[in-house]
Amino acid sequence: MKKEFYNIAKLVTQNSKVLDVGCGNGELMKYITENISKDIRGIELSKSNVQKCVEKGLTVIEGNAEKDLKQFPDGSFDFVILSQTLQAFLNPENVLNELLRVGKKAIVSIPNFGHWKVRLHLLLKGTMPVTKNLPNEWYNTPNLHMCTIKDFENYCKKRDIKINLKNLKFHNFFSELGIFVLEK
Amino acid sequence: MSKFKDIKKIIIEKPLKLDCGQTINNYPLAYETYGKLNGNRSNAILIFHALTGDQFASGINPITKKDGWWSYALGPGKAIDTDKYFVIAANVIGGCMGSFGPSDINPESKKPYGTNFPVITINDMVNAQYNLLEYFKIEKLFSVIGGSMGGMQVLQFVSNFPNMALTAIPIACTASHSAQNIALNELGRQSIMADRNWQDGFYEEQNKQPDKGLAVARMAAHITYLSKAGLQEKFGRKLQERDDLKFSFDADFQIESYLRYQGSVFVDRFDANSYLYITRAMDYFDLTKKFGGNLSKAFEKSDTKFFIISFTSDWLYPTSENRDIVIALNAIGKNVGFVEISSDKGHDSFLLDIPDFLKTVKYFLNTSYKQIK
Repeated sequence: MKKEFYNIAKLVTQNSKVLDVGCGNGELMKYITENISKDIRGIELSKSNVQKCVEKGLTVIEGNAEKDLKQFPDGSFDFVILSQTLQAFLNPENVLNELLRVGKKAIVSIPNFGHWKVRLHLLLKGTMPVTKNLPNEWYNTPNLHMCTIKDFENYCKKRDIKINLKNLKFHNFFSELGIFVLEK
Repeated sequence: MSKFKDIKKIIIEKPLKLDCGQTINNYPLAYETYGKLNGNRSNAILIFHALTGDQFASGINPITKKDGWWSYALGPGKAIDTDKYFVIAANVIGGCMGSFGPSDINPESKKPYGTNFPVITINDMVNAQYNLLEYFKIEKLFSVIGGSMGGMQVLQFVSNFPNMALTAIPIACTASHSAQNIALNELGRQSIMADRNWQDGFYEEQNKQPDKGLAVARMAAHITYLSKAGLQEKFGRKLQERDDLKFSFDADFQIESYLRYQGSVFVDRFDANSYLYITRAMDYFDLTKKFGGNLSKAFEKSDTKFFIISFTSDWLYPTSENRDIVIALNAIGKNVGFVEISSDKGHDSFLLDIPDFLKTVKYFLNTSYKQIK
């Protein structure tokens, strides 16, 4: 399992009620089910991923987070997880608002466009960065709204979203990924 | 009826007040079971059949000598694994496979009820079947499962008995019968009633059968169970045992011949009045009605864990209507999963060998069962 998932799972309280938005093939959900909380559900758009979740015995709702989060009542989950998909939504601001409405806390991870490799790539090569976490070319990337850890922090401050941050400057340079716990 | 003398049935003495206002009692409910009830009676599943189904969901139907309607899904090692679960299936009231229906003899007139049979609803069907749980001394079902009209019964069951089932799988169904579906059912009913042999519903006492009308009803309905793409792929414009068009009204095309065949075999196993009554029950189905249009309220008291399944090419009970049930459950924070299965087989998909569908049912049941153990 990806290291990111262990780090996300560590942030989830035991036996809490969890929604994994864009749960993919269910790897993280399975880990959380087995180790942290059985009360977890996922939303996933891709039919083949939905089937992979089903085969893992996970509760999954086939659907589109951008449209379907609105059906959940306020505060209906203790944690809502969004792993590396925020930047791929048409309207990430709306999705963030929905995550914070539906979840008492939101755990959000983003690929960090401020990582030194990304900066170096653009500086030296003058082309759009392609790295392990950002494997696509500019013409086929699903990532519509890239940001840096610093951008994300600034955004949360502006919108009065509580965000846990330590050693931000350091992280913005050295982390390929930012993982945040957000609260409204 | 004598052909049903060897099938299992219970006589329900307890009066049942029907939605139409009449009360029935001492009526038969025919059922079949598969698998074994375990020691603590925790592995029971009640499955509900669709419009033309019956209690013989798996194995060979002793009356029709054909495979049960859910043979792909139900049996040893299958999605609903009868090595593990004890499965009960009943024939709905209004039906024609041994349960109380319009071809039963009215003890007062000594003649078949015909259209003097009371109009029944999905609610009535479910309330009648509830008696089976008492009969088998089951305090809580592990699951309630059904497709199409069977799915409507699943929804009604959970609404009526909110804590009697741990899990529920409504498949390819709706919480409220649409205008299109009422229209299609009306087409079938009018076809039956236009058959001269129907005799206002009293055909049996005159030894007549409205076979033509019932066959046309079935043909029309059968089209709605398939998809355009599925029909095109299977039949296209292929001709039936001929090299060219015959310039007549014979069944030139394979699809015509296929539909005629479907109609002709259907009349051998189904009663025309039952067709009227059951389609009427479907049309009357609107689970939101009692709750001021708010479907969530129908499930408010329930702790049942739902898994809802729809099919991409099902235009009779489309994904949108199935998703409405998911939305209603999510809106009140209930536990629900939902999958739309890719299939070009239309509404009929739930009866067919569609691996993703069968896997979904199997994994959901097996995981839920593990959690209660």
